[in-house]
Amino acid sequence: MRRVLAILALALLPTLSLAVQPDEVLPDAALEARAREISQKLRCPVCQGENIDESNAPISRDLRLYVRERLVAGDSNPQVIEAVTDRFGEFVLFEPPARGANLLLWLAGPLMALLALLVGWRFLRARERAETAPLAPLSDQERARLKAIMGDVRE
Amino acid sequence: MIAELGHFALILAFAVSLYQMVVPMIGAARGNRGWMDSARPAALAQFGLTAISFAALTVAFVTSDFSLKLVYENSHTDKPMLYKVTGVWGNHEGSLLLWVMILALFGAAAAAFSGNLPPSLRARVLAVQAAIGAAFYAFIIFTSNPFLRLGNPPFNGRDLNPLLQDPGLAFHPPFLYLGYVGLSVSFSFAVAALIEGRVDAAWARWVRPWTLAAWLFLTIGIALGSWWAYYELGWGGFWFWDPVENASFMPWLLAAALLHSAIVVEKREALKSWTILLAIMAFGFSLIGTFIVRSGVITSVHSFANDPERGVFILGILAVFVGGALTLFAARAGAMAAKGVFSPVSREGALVLNNILLAVSAFVVFIGTIWPLVAEFFWDRKLSVGAPFFNQAFTPFMIVLALVLPVGAILPWKRAQVSRAIRPLRGALAVTLAIALLIWAVSSGHSAIAVIGAGLGSWLIAGSVAELVHRTGKSGLSRLLRLPRADWGKAVAHSGLGITFIGVSLLTAWQVEDIRVARIGESYEVGGYQMTLQSVDQIKGPNYFSTMAAIAIAKDGREITTLHPEKRVYPVQAMPTTEAAIETGIFRDIYVVIGDAQAGGGWAVRAYVKPFANWIWLGSILMALGGLISLSDRRYRVAAGARKAPVNAVPAE
Repeated sequence: MRRVLAILALALLPTLSLAVQPDEVLPDAALEARAREISQKLRCPVCQGENIDESNAPISRDLRLYVRERLVAGDSNPQVIEAVTDRFGEFVLFEPPARGANLLLWLAGPLMALLALLVGWRFLRARERAETAPLAPLSDQERARLKAIMGDVRE
Repeated sequence: MIAELGHFALILAFAVSLYQMVVPMIGAARGNRGWMDSARPAALAQFGLTAISFAALTVAFVTSDFSLKLVYENSHTDKPMLYKVTGVWGNHEGSLLLWVMILALFGAAAAAFSGNLPPSLRARVLAVQAAIGAAFYAFIIFTSNPFLRLGNPPFNGRDLNPLLQDPGLAFHPPFLYLGYVGLSVSFSFAVAALIEGRVDAAWARWVRPWTLAAWLFLTIGIALGSWWAYYELGWGGFWFWDPVENASFMPWLLAAALLHSAIVVEKREALKSWTILLAIMAFGFSLIGTFIVRSGVITSVHSFANDPERGVFILGILAVFVGGALTLFAARAGAMAAKGVFSPVSREGALVLNNILLAVSAFVVFIGTIWPLVAEFFWDRKLSVGAPFFNQAFTPFMIVLALVLPVGAILPWKRAQVSRAIRPLRGALAVTLAIALLIWAVSSGHSAIAVIGAGLGSWLIAGSVAELVHRTGKSGLSRLLRLPRADWGKAVAHSGLGITFIGVSLLTAWQVEDIRVARIGESYEVGGYQMTLQSVDQIKGPNYFSTMAAIAIAKDGREITTLHPEKRVYPVQAMPTTEAAIETGIFRDIYVVIGDAQAGGGWAVRAYVKPFANWIWLGSILMALGGLISLSDRRYRVAAGARKAPVNAVPAE
């Protein structure tokens, strides 16, 4: 706990600031909106699970500025994301691309849903065709208990 | 001395739990009534002992006894009294002590309210509950002892993490634990039923209240955490799909599935083995959550202690209990034959679909959470899975759920005709379409999120109202008020879900953000509100220094309020926090944050207008309230009152 806090404190101390700074904001509103959208998909490389848009770490500020630089230079969104990934690895991608092994991640939900629907449907069909089991008569003990309960409720 | 007393009480509780885990179980197998019945006093004693232990630690925190290592590391004499108390569970060891105390509390409650249970089932439930307790007592005593002393007590402590010095977060863990641990009772019932080899409607009637209670506490706990993130983290995010959040969300989804499937067992004697499996999985995911938070295998903003040894211990507990329960399940599930006969289009069928959607969505959250571990283990790749994945992979299931919910909820049992059943929903459908059209018209850029989310939310609410009206028929108000509380609980909880839907979607779609440098006295406009930075002052708090701004908010020249956002530094922990200032409203929040002084003069300020933000938590409160209303339903009260009815008993109602 102490170590985690020490690291947290160290990571936060140098910049006692908000995530996106006023001086980072691009004058072109459309470009800025794209920058924000991209920033929310990129993970801060040194923080614990924050995207660079919300992170206070200095490296996130550098990355935000870099993203905006690329956008101003005319890159498309995927090009910017690719440029950042080239430098920091796929660790910074909060949205793993749906190819290769990651395809399994994206398809796991839909496949599981199909499987569950299939099993659920078979169960329901079986229930529809099932015969009503004849009810076993109550034992003497159960009958006495039932009587006690019913008397209790009517009182 | 008091600390040693607490330590001693904890060890005694461990001993009692060992007794309670073994003797009643053997008694149940041999039919020895005395051995079986000894579980009840043991469960009560366990709770008494853990309560003494917890009280001892609380006393140490309140009196700032820095000879205790835990108090030294997490407290400070200048800390406000509230946070001295809540600091007890603001750390790994103390929170674990809270966990075992709540576990013992549920065990004692299960002992106290189980008078009408068959003696062998009661003995087995309490024995399984004690086994879980024993595992956690061993964990806390051998790896995480909160009562360790320091050789040379220092004069003052290191203070609690400032982020935890907050009312929202102070009460977030107790509620979350009430939820996590509450699911242990459902688990114990499931395992006991597997040992007995018997699951029937009565069993479901006993399990459901415990699940309902656990679920409603979990709802409150998650909502508190989300609310805290909203006002504390400085930009008003309310859900981050962080691994630790997911760890609490998965048991919530499964508990929601469980409390619906238990209805089918109770009313129709079907879905038995599935319900047992869900009860095992729901608690299993609570344990997985504990593992994720306390082992440090997945990095997250809230990881407690990055200690592999503790992680391995929890993994062991998880393997023994979930592995053991699943093995037992595999051996015995065949005996749980379904009895009810029904067509796919029926309430039963709708509840099966509900379970599929909730369980598969929990699975999606699970696979996204562990995928980084999987990728590192199998392909040595370090990758991340975050909000963009979850938003895309999880949301479709919620959309389908909301679409079918009002229809499923109104279908009759056994056999239904959709065309006929949905007739009472025609009005609700018209209202929904009107609202969706209105949202589409006023939404700038005709945001799809706003129309779909708010449309579905309205559909849930209107559907619930339509169902109540339909159940009332032509008999009017008195019939409406005399509907079973379970029906009211259902309507309130489903409407709550709808309100949360509306809050999430409209906040996401319509939020306005403004980031700028403002000079003192300067006015600017954000989303139709005029804001004026009036002053920025340095202020000293009890255990922090603060930079506090005053920002006046006006609309159309009319003053609304003056907000005081702060930036604090807690010197003992050398940690800054942002304290956003929020003007709360039913239809919008105004949210302002103060940043750094700028080199060229002025201050960095951020302002947001957040439409319908409070609906997210209002909906959560309604969901929990619905659970509470349902919990007070007559059939649970009568079942409790019917036990051992003495001849001259007071009427059961």
